[in-house]
Amino acid sequence: MNDMVRIQLQVNGANVEGTVEPRLTLADFLREHLDLTGTHLGCEHGVCGACTVLLNGDSVRACLMFAVQVDGADVVTVEGLAPEGALTDLQANFRRHHALQCGFCTPGMLTTAHAFLRECPCPSREEVREAISGNLCRCTGYIPIVDAILATAEARNDGGAQGAGEPK
Amino acid sequence: MERQEDFRFLTGRGCYVDDVRRPDMLHAVVIRSPMAHARILGIDASAALELPGVVAVITFADIRKFAKPIPQRTCPLPGMEKFLQVPLASDVVRYVGEPVAVVLADDRYVAEDAAEMVFVDYDSLDAVVDAHAAMAGGAVVHEQQGTNVASAYEVGRGDVARAFRDAHYTRKETFYVHRHSAVPLETRGLVAEWDPVAKHLKVWGAGKVPFANRAILADMLQLSPAAVDLIEVDVGGSFGVRGDFYPEDFLIPFASFHVGRPVKWIEDRRENLMATNHSREMHCELEIAVDAGGVITGMRGKVVADLGAYVRTNPGVMPGKGTQFLQGPYAIDHLGFEVRAVITNKTPAGTYRGPGRYESAFFRERLIDIAARELGIDPAEFRRRNLIRADQMPYDAGALVPGQPATVYDSGDFPAVFDRALAHFGFDDLTALNGRCVDGRWHGIGMACAPESTGGGPGEHARLELRHGGGFDLFVGSSSAGQGHETVMAQVLAESLGIPCEGIRVHHGSTTHLAQGFGAYHSRSAVMGGSAVVAVAQKMREALLARAGQLTGTPATSLKWDAGRVVREADGQTVATLAQLASGLPDCGPADHGLVGVSASFESNRLTYTFGVHLAHVSVDPATAQVRVEKYLCVEDVGRMINPMIVHGQTVGAAVQGLGGTFLDEFKYDESGQLITGTFADYLLPSSTDFENVDALTLELCPSPSNPLGVKGAGEGGIIGTGGALANAVSNALAQFGVSVTRLPMSLDNLARSLRQSRAGGTGVAR
Amino acid sequence: MKPPRFDYEAPASLEEALQRLRESGDDARVLAGGQSLIPALNLRLANPGRLLDLRRITSLRGIRRLPSGALAAGAMTRHADFERDPLMQRHLPIVPAVMRRVAHPQIRNRGTIGGSLAHADPAAEWPALCMALDATIVVASASAERRIPAAEFPLGVYTTALRPGELIREIEFPAWPATRRWGFEEVSRRLGDFAITGAMCTLDIDANQRCTAARCVIFAASERPQLVAAAAELVGGPVTEDAVARVAKAARHSISPLSDHHASAEYRLELVETMTARVLKQAAAMAAPTQESIR
Repeated sequence: MNDMVRIQLQVNGANVEGTVEPRLTLADFLREHLDLTGTHLGCEHGVCGACTVLLNGDSVRACLMFAVQVDGADVVTVEGLAPEGALTDLQANFRRHHALQCGFCTPGMLTTAHAFLRECPCPSREEVREAISGNLCRCTGYIPIVDAILATAEARNDGGAQGAGEPK
Repeated sequence: MERQEDFRFLTGRGCYVDDVRRPDMLHAVVIRSPMAHARILGIDASAALELPGVVAVITFADIRKFAKPIPQRTCPLPGMEKFLQVPLASDVVRYVGEPVAVVLADDRYVAEDAAEMVFVDYDSLDAVVDAHAAMAGGAVVHEQQGTNVASAYEVGRGDVARAFRDAHYTRKETFYVHRHSAVPLETRGLVAEWDPVAKHLKVWGAGKVPFANRAILADMLQLSPAAVDLIEVDVGGSFGVRGDFYPEDFLIPFASFHVGRPVKWIEDRRENLMATNHSREMHCELEIAVDAGGVITGMRGKVVADLGAYVRTNPGVMPGKGTQFLQGPYAIDHLGFEVRAVITNKTPAGTYRGPGRYESAFFRERLIDIAARELGIDPAEFRRRNLIRADQMPYDAGALVPGQPATVYDSGDFPAVFDRALAHFGFDDLTALNGRCVDGRWHGIGMACAPESTGGGPGEHARLELRHGGGFDLFVGSSSAGQGHETVMAQVLAESLGIPCEGIRVHHGSTTHLAQGFGAYHSRSAVMGGSAVVAVAQKMREALLARAGQLTGTPATSLKWDAGRVVREADGQTVATLAQLASGLPDCGPADHGLVGVSASFESNRLTYTFGVHLAHVSVDPATAQVRVEKYLCVEDVGRMINPMIVHGQTVGAAVQGLGGTFLDEFKYDESGQLITGTFADYLLPSSTDFENVDALTLELCPSPSNPLGVKGAGEGGIIGTGGALANAVSNALAQFGVSVTRLPMSLDNLARSLRQSRAGGTGVAR
Repeated sequence: MKPPRFDYEAPASLEEALQRLRESGDDARVLAGGQSLIPALNLRLANPGRLLDLRRITSLRGIRRLPSGALAAGAMTRHADFERDPLMQRHLPIVPAVMRRVAHPQIRNRGTIGGSLAHADPAAEWPALCMALDATIVVASASAERRIPAAEFPLGVYTTALRPGELIREIEFPAWPATRRWGFEEVSRRLGDFAITGAMCTLDIDANQRCTAARCVIFAASERPQLVAAAAELVGGPVTEDAVARVAKAARHSISPLSDHHASAEYRLELVETMTARVLKQAAAMAAPTQESIR
């Protein structure tokens, strides 16, 4: 009953192993076992989107998965979007457009937008809005977040470097 | 100017309270009442205590020695002190979510398992859910008080009876604002660590008013304030609800004290919706008297605020300020209001961004539109005729809150802001659409005007240390809940000293930094905190002139400060650069004092008043009751902006919160007092696809005369007029159908009901 | 808000899963995408002793075209797969359009058709969509396989025709005729929320503008999605405003509406009529599909 399970996966490009109770959520595994506290918990019932991470490239809610389910998978969290000390173009645009205030929803917004732009590199404003509709933000009113994502897409399409790091 | 705090937030390196870990830390789960009103017959925790990993289950018996009611902090109204909350229920529970016991375990999962195994024997009592029923003599929530009316008072000025007797036209309407609240994305949380050797308590997760809360906590735990430190880490939004003293602010530190180990408690979302302050629920019967020239001569009314089951630290603000602001930005000579603050079996209420202001703006601005329509006066013109003029400033609006001085609007040119707002919105062109149908959608244009008091006193403190290398550590008593204080305070200091922002580190919100401080409420940080920074910068300049004098053997009186250097007054020659002044200082951390350190404070009890105009263009599909907000604009004069980007972000963010609050957010209870909107699938916050075209225009027309920066607070104005402007816009759109919105929210179901009633031939009053 | 303890197994094959399911009895819950079950676990509204996770069973994933022209999808195929799948986009264009209204991208990246059908939320799109497309739900147990018409699958709120020990294996969608157009609309409080009321329809309209087949489903208004019987009246003639209004009115009278804090029964009935009329008009106004787009 309730045997601990060994899992192996890639997190932010590194091999990771863990021994977990089956009921441990992926979000708690990342936060408590791997100390990746950038993944935030805002509701734990799959509505707010703060815990969004990338699973094999797709955005998913880390509160609605168990760590045992990601055995063998590739997970990227907000900490893994840019090299240490750098920002991606998307992150830099969030800063430039004041697309964050308290910062609590920001990791989930970034992971969601990161996956979205890969899938849909030339989005309309409407498509951006729909893409982040599963991520609640209580501070910004969303408008600057949409602006930041669109600006990133536009700059990339104008030949800007994809995901280039920017020094701190 | 980009924000200093953003880099860590963008890279997942912020430190919120759930990111704080202490060695040997336990996890707490609060067991809460599932009943709205019941007697507790017994609590059996024996099965829970047998579960491996469970350390303790704390009940009232454990806290008895320390149990006292949590005091009110602000705006106490006469009588409310009899309805305070003790941190754990002893014999009676009075709302769903009231703390009954606390489980401590090695692990959060186990603590939740144990919480399910604690058996509480309840004997159900009748619950009273509606404020009018509570006044009419149903169940009494606090039996020993014999009444559910916590406070009842009358305020006014002039001769309101005569104003109504002499009026050309009078109009009365009954309004209701629904229960909703801030619901920040980060729930509350605390980590408490009692050090039994040093006899010192540290609590992480403070916000808003750490110094006031330290005093309350120390008093309850029978410690000296010096033995307690409250530490502010990154905060995921507050909007008025976070950081006031809640039951858990005693229970979690007590738990650490009780078991001698650090304890973490993170509120989960279900708890957050039933335990963190609700707000806004208010009934108002409002009446205006107008003379033949369209001048409003009198206003009177009855205000009933629903406080929920207990009086917490600040619920008096809702009825108090809600009544004070009923007259709004208009010169109305005769006023008279009856106010009741009522106890019901619901979650206790408190302040939420624009407390009392959002409600009163909805009541007043809706009534003004109703009157304008009936009088046949253009609603913009009707407002223009009644706005307080610039030559009437400062304007004494009367003393309308018991125990508080008269409200004096310090400065402003309301008509100028109003005209700028209408022009920027394109109001004259859009008016052609008002009440018209285009492609099946009915269009409506609405507006609302509201002043806002900001910069709550009494003062704020700052400390400034010069560091090795010429950098500064700035410590402020203000708290940040994510607005950007690290950037704004650095900007004020940089400007005051004529230096770049880069070398300035800002530390805020913890009792470890300063001996005294106040915090963040009443849109006060820029006004009070910013002014304290100006004062501390002045002192630092003096200290550095003295130091330069000492180092160079020049009399300090012949020196002056110039853009980060000390120069000779006579010829402007540099005597010492900042780096030279800082040489020889040890390279020490923020906790230590540097060689040059100064403290200063700014004291003021004069509030600053902003003025805002909200304009909305909506279209409504009458077949589905769906409203689309085509365009929304919030215009506000804040005197002066320190960081326009941050002010704009605050305003647009507040407006979208208000749009959500007007259409979506709602705490609903059933007749037995069960909260039926207790998850994010039921309590709906606006998302990215709801309100797309929201903009703000911030003006710097009338700087405040009461502080050196000339600033007025800017965090709340964006929400205040939303209910009124949108209700006016929707009512205008649906005027053909006979719909007049007098109750919020304008949810699909409520609007559909109004439309149905009007189709059936009744009045389409939205309810 | 943490889930209760449970045993966890992730069988590698359908046979093994069915075997385990038979042995476990009532104590086990099947975990597909988990986007409804895991919130229920986190809220401790569900407390199964054992979870059988289907994630390793690759045979349950994917969309293929059968020789008949029908499409078949494995029960573990995700909403996002339907949204992006070229076969779906080409041969069942209504499916990707409806998928874009299923919750949010993160949910669509995990949630599955089988999970949604088995959960049988009356406000979910999949049970209604399968009904509108006259799909067949193929269910398997350790001992047998059954084919259940989609219209007979949901029985009520969270209840289905599935028997103990059975799993959904595959869903078959009949071939989409060249003359078919479609309509879909739903009212929800916010984009991505469960609908308050929705409708979807298909209309086959020949070259003479004559309707040769009509199928319309109402969902989220009552305890289960419901076919609008009166849609049959459209067959045999042109789809006129009057005919649409009659069908919409009949739809309203055929529903026993739900009432909850999001929407009253009366409001739902109004929406049933409005949504029915709108989807039928939407379909009728849709440009005639070209042969190219059908192939």
